[in-house]
Amino acid sequence: MANGQAGAIGERIRSVGDWIGARFPISSMWREHLSEYWAPKNFNFWYYFGSLALLMLVMQIVTGIFLTMNYKPSADEAFASVEYIMRDVPWGWLIRYMHAVGASFFFIVVYLHMFRGLMYGSYRKPRELVWILGMLIYLALMAEAFMGYLLPWGQMSYWGAQVIVSLFGAIPVIGDGLSEWIRGDYYISDITLNRFFSFHVIAVPLVLLALVVMHILALHEVGSNNPDGVEIKKHKDETGKPLDGIAFHPYYTVKDLVGVAVFAILFSAVVFFAPEFFGLFLEHANFEPADPLKTPEHIAPVWYFTPFYAILRAIPSKIGGVTLMGLAIVVLFLLPWLDRSPVRSIRYKGWIFRTAIAVFAVSFLALGYLGLKEASPTYVLLARIFTFLYFAFFVLMPFYSRWDKPKPAPDRVTYHHE
Amino acid sequence: MSATSDDLDKGRRHFLTLATGVAGGVGVIAAAVPFVSSFRPSARARALGAPVEVDISKLEPGALIKVEWRGKPVYILNRTEAALATLPPLDGRVRDPESQQPQQPDYARNQYRSVRPEVFVMIGVCTHLGCAPEYRPDVAPADLGPDWKGGFFCPCHGSKFDLAGRVYDGVPAPLNLAVPPHRFLSDNTLLIGDDRGLG
Repeated sequence: MANGQAGAIGERIRSVGDWIGARFPISSMWREHLSEYWAPKNFNFWYYFGSLALLMLVMQIVTGIFLTMNYKPSADEAFASVEYIMRDVPWGWLIRYMHAVGASFFFIVVYLHMFRGLMYGSYRKPRELVWILGMLIYLALMAEAFMGYLLPWGQMSYWGAQVIVSLFGAIPVIGDGLSEWIRGDYYISDITLNRFFSFHVIAVPLVLLALVVMHILALHEVGSNNPDGVEIKKHKDETGKPLDGIAFHPYYTVKDLVGVAVFAILFSAVVFFAPEFFGLFLEHANFEPADPLKTPEHIAPVWYFTPFYAILRAIPSKIGGVTLMGLAIVVLFLLPWLDRSPVRSIRYKGWIFRTAIAVFAVSFLALGYLGLKEASPTYVLLARIFTFLYFAFFVLMPFYSRWDKPKPAPDRVTYHHE
Repeated sequence: MSATSDDLDKGRRHFLTLATGVAGGVGVIAAAVPFVSSFRPSARARALGAPVEVDISKLEPGALIKVEWRGKPVYILNRTEAALATLPPLDGRVRDPESQQPQQPDYARNQYRSVRPEVFVMIGVCTHLGCAPEYRPDVAPADLGPDWKGGFFCPCHGSKFDLAGRVYDGVPAPLNLAVPPHRFLSDNTLLIGDDRGLG
């Protein structure tokens, strides 16, 4: 009796499913992107950060929607409305801290995700577009974070925006008009705040979502790379499934869930115990309302921009500094064409390339540190050295990637069996 | 009676496609104009950027007052004879001693970068990245070194300017501090942001 009823309900659900299936490609999408998306079986720790980046995007959107319900995008009310969220809105403090800390964690995850691509050569042919779309996401994310940081209308919000917008003023001839056009006023004002709010809550997120969808579609078209950097599509069984591939669902969805659990622990630890993270995630000066007539002693952007800020300050000319800072991003786009090594993965690259990646990683971190510090002569000198090394990594890559003596890459992925 | 592909006038079809594309493109550009223009300062923003009147009768020699004009701090400095005397010897250490760059109205393009030598009017926004330079009239303080004759120091990135807002060599700021348009309405009244009759 009970069995018969359950069977009838199951039958009903299936028929609803069939009805939808005849009208929307739900099952083919499920197969293409999850149950029959063949991912290499040798993914390691570094492969958590793609799905974690997606998680962060969802978290920022959800917390952002709830913040928008209580935030007021006007110069008179913005600072107070953030304090209102922190003190008076039930659980508002949690939602706000999740969003603020989430921005930093988003960048941590994205930087690790990018470094993974750098190590394993995931930008190499045929994944150039995956890389470029990823770089566009990174750019959109920087715009999103920069405009979001103005919204609390604290001193650092204000003066950080002042510094960044005036960067456009360095462009010859059109510079001043362009910064005025961006601000909509003769200075960073209520008008600027209101338009940055519009960009932050709708325009850039739409662009981000579209780019993320394209990034994943492009990835699924060419297939995932792996820590060995060898192509799993070269060896397929008679059904066309790569021999070294496993279904993304359930194998990697379950693996990624473990990553999510560990990540959630770390994330919660910061949200609950150190939401400002010692002035790195939320700067101390930002607890004072914005004052257009009083510059804080020391202006530094949030940590995820500091490597580029250090490059900007290292150059004793405004237009030169702005240009070099822009180029520091542009060279990343060119990566797929700079690397001429016969192997993709760092596992099989020779000592020259390995050293170059290490030098690059150290330079990036050092620049990030220097960008947080005041511009004393010693620090500026160090910033110049690391700026040089940062660019040397890219500019010299076409040469050293050919001189390098790689080890032979295996034909199939390496995997530790029992 | 449907036309076969042989009957198609390809040239005509190509022309029509092109003409439609161009007309549509022109329409899209035209439609974008209002949106792009809406980013410019609004009528209210322009009205709020109107000139500001300042009474300088109580400005003591050596003292500096700050007034707000278009959201920017405008510094008005009463320079003493001694302060003015520091300027000519610095010609060799500043980037643009003759004020060649268009950082001031023509009537302030002189040795002292001002209408009256003693009253110096400038915008207190560093030409590097827009911070507010500090007024440091003290001679040879510990942090600025024995060569310091008084001037303006930007705490953000260490740019230095003399008492006429001229930028020193070898600092990040590229240009002298800007002198806003201004004029004297009477001996003791300044109008910042308007220089009709002087320009």
